[in-house]
Amino acid sequence: MMLNWMRANLFSSWGNSLLTLISLWLVWVIGSGIVEWALIDAIFTGDNREACLVPGAGACWPYVGAKWNQFIYGRYPLESQWRVDLIFAMGAGALIPSMIEGMRGRRWFVLFLLLPFPVITYVLLTGGMFGLAEISSDLWGGLVVTLIVAVTGIVASLPLGILLALGRQSDLPLIKAICVVFIEFWRGVPLITVLFMASVMLPLFLPDGVVIDKLLRCLIGVALFSSAYMAEVVRGGLQALPKGQTEGAQALGLSYWQSMRLIILPQALRLVIPGIVNTFIGLFKDTTLVLIIGLFDLLGIIQLTFTDAGWSTPQTHNTGYVVAAFIFWIFCFAMSRYSQRMEKRLDVTGER
Amino acid sequence: MSDTPLSKSDQPGTIARLLRDGQVRAVLAQLFVVGIVVLLGWIGISNVLENLARQNIASGFGFLDENAGFGVNQTLVDYDAGSTYGQAFWVGLTNTLLVAVLGVFLTTLLGFAVGIGRLSSNWLVAKLCAAYVETLRNIPLLLQIFFWYFGVLKALPHPRDSIALGEGFLVNIRGVYFPRAVGEEGIAIVLFALLAGIVATIVLSRAAARHLLRTGQVRKIWLIGLGLIVGLPLALYFVLGQPLGLDMPQASRFNVKGGVRIIPELIALVLALTTYTASFIAEIVRAGILSVPKGQSEAAAALGLPNGLTLRKIIIPQAMRVIIPPLTSQYLNLTKNSSLAVAIAYPDLVSVFAGTTLNQTGQAVEILGLTMTVYLLLSLSTAGFMNWFNSRMAIRGRS
Repeated sequence: MMLNWMRANLFSSWGNSLLTLISLWLVWVIGSGIVEWALIDAIFTGDNREACLVPGAGACWPYVGAKWNQFIYGRYPLESQWRVDLIFAMGAGALIPSMIEGMRGRRWFVLFLLLPFPVITYVLLTGGMFGLAEISSDLWGGLVVTLIVAVTGIVASLPLGILLALGRQSDLPLIKAICVVFIEFWRGVPLITVLFMASVMLPLFLPDGVVIDKLLRCLIGVALFSSAYMAEVVRGGLQALPKGQTEGAQALGLSYWQSMRLIILPQALRLVIPGIVNTFIGLFKDTTLVLIIGLFDLLGIIQLTFTDAGWSTPQTHNTGYVVAAFIFWIFCFAMSRYSQRMEKRLDVTGER
Repeated sequence: MSDTPLSKSDQPGTIARLLRDGQVRAVLAQLFVVGIVVLLGWIGISNVLENLARQNIASGFGFLDENAGFGVNQTLVDYDAGSTYGQAFWVGLTNTLLVAVLGVFLTTLLGFAVGIGRLSSNWLVAKLCAAYVETLRNIPLLLQIFFWYFGVLKALPHPRDSIALGEGFLVNIRGVYFPRAVGEEGIAIVLFALLAGIVATIVLSRAAARHLLRTGQVRKIWLIGLGLIVGLPLALYFVLGQPLGLDMPQASRFNVKGGVRIIPELIALVLALTTYTASFIAEIVRAGILSVPKGQSEAAAALGLPNGLTLRKIIIPQAMRVIIPPLTSQYLNLTKNSSLAVAIAYPDLVSVFAGTTLNQTGQAVEILGLTMTVYLLLSLSTAGFMNWFNSRMAIRGRS
């Protein structure tokens, strides 16, 4: 059995056998390199850099242990970190049931995530109300900032993107023109220039005396940027619907907004859930760019810990990067798997 | 509608009736939206003017002629610390284009290889390629750039301990060095012969293709082509007494003298952009190949075409129609992502112009406006070109 399988799939011809051998060698080099670095030569205990300065040492894991709290919370004060934990718990508690098809009361969880949850998050994080100590956004950092930027981007860009997509499909020439220009502009420029704009140019556009927090400025930039991408995804869904749907709605005497709300959008949005998730994955990875304008997201915080002389070793950089890569990878991989599953499900229902 | 008789009491007032008229409403809605856009724009611009006046910043592009006074560690056009901001702009733009061209070329090769590899009948190769795609595309690009730059290239030894990779190739923390070719008298003739050889081979292969179409006979021209492109210039090279010297890099205590240096920033950026974008291109290529009906490869097998030829002549040309539009947007993404150069201080457009120049002059509106316009023009022109190319490639109507 095994031998037959190997002959068919690995050694079917001379060329194939050669490819297999090269691949085996690659797997061996990469695999053994990773195992040696991360396990065999790695340092697991220690209180400072001394432990990891052994010649030929691999990963410096005690550094991760020492800085883990910063990776997650940034410089958020220790005694208030329960607020962040509470937000994480609420978010996860509402997100999981709202992702399961056929879950009873699913729409209420989605509604909770879209409306009260952002407000609760804002109140809990900033404080200054209900007896909570006020915590300036300069102190926020790590995974918290990564998630805030990504989630705000997606939640704000969805309604904006829908409006823009409808505008682009509209019969009204001026509205269509404005939407096309808006979408093509944001899609044509790199996110980093948008962030530069938010950090140095946006203050110029505000009246004297009005100051917006840097994180908020960055969020505005990210939301506008991702709304253009979202608009194109939604447009794909609108175009995929048969024209009969619009005509049927008109025949029933529904107004434009009624037909959109009741007939078109529910179908179009369902179709593009995979696209929306993919946009979200892109946005989640792009949040790392905020470190360039001086905010400390997960990657930014990790870069910052490299400046700590107490943990400066030859392997600190790589250890930090591997941890960051692993965290980002888990999030993105889970999301992409979810989107693939949705795609398959939608495919099935489409054929019926 | 208008000729539907209505009883007197049903008729609404003139204004209300106008408001229900579809066309009137359309005009009003558009006026409303345009009004908001104009109002926002007007408020914004007047605020900018007011703020600039208060901060005593002169608006306009006059600063482009001022002395820049900063150095750049990689320049493709003439530039030194005495040059103007305008010249710094060109330095940044050419450096961005260099990364884009190198990246697009390399990522296409790697992406196609991995994408085809994922469909390989060899189980191990297919799994390896799948692992490559799933790992690299789920890790932020900036993190990958940091890894290559700080984790790998900045961990290399100092110049005095340079690693030598064969004769004349040095690697150290300051970059990669290789010999510089120094042309002596007569090199122009060799280069001309090479160029002429390439042109002649192209002409010959076109003629051979026409011959094949007309008569069905295959003319083997690869040997002639090889002679024209390699043989003739090589023969001339030796006849003219080897008119090419090599300037070898020499490692000294603190630096390397001679040779050509590639800065580590460029290597890290191109490496990261190439491997990251290739993971997306691989998926596009795979989807494109899968979109070609199975009957096509079966028919090719029935005709007795070998696997490689089937792929090259039957599958890829048909898959290209599906591949090209998303491939273009990946090229654009790569070009836009090259702006992450600013994070490792590779002197690209954003780093030199929207970074250093902006910090020195404070002309935020002009500089960001110009930078964004450059990217917009790149995007729009590439999109336009690809649309034209795509319409040429599309299957001519079957109806």
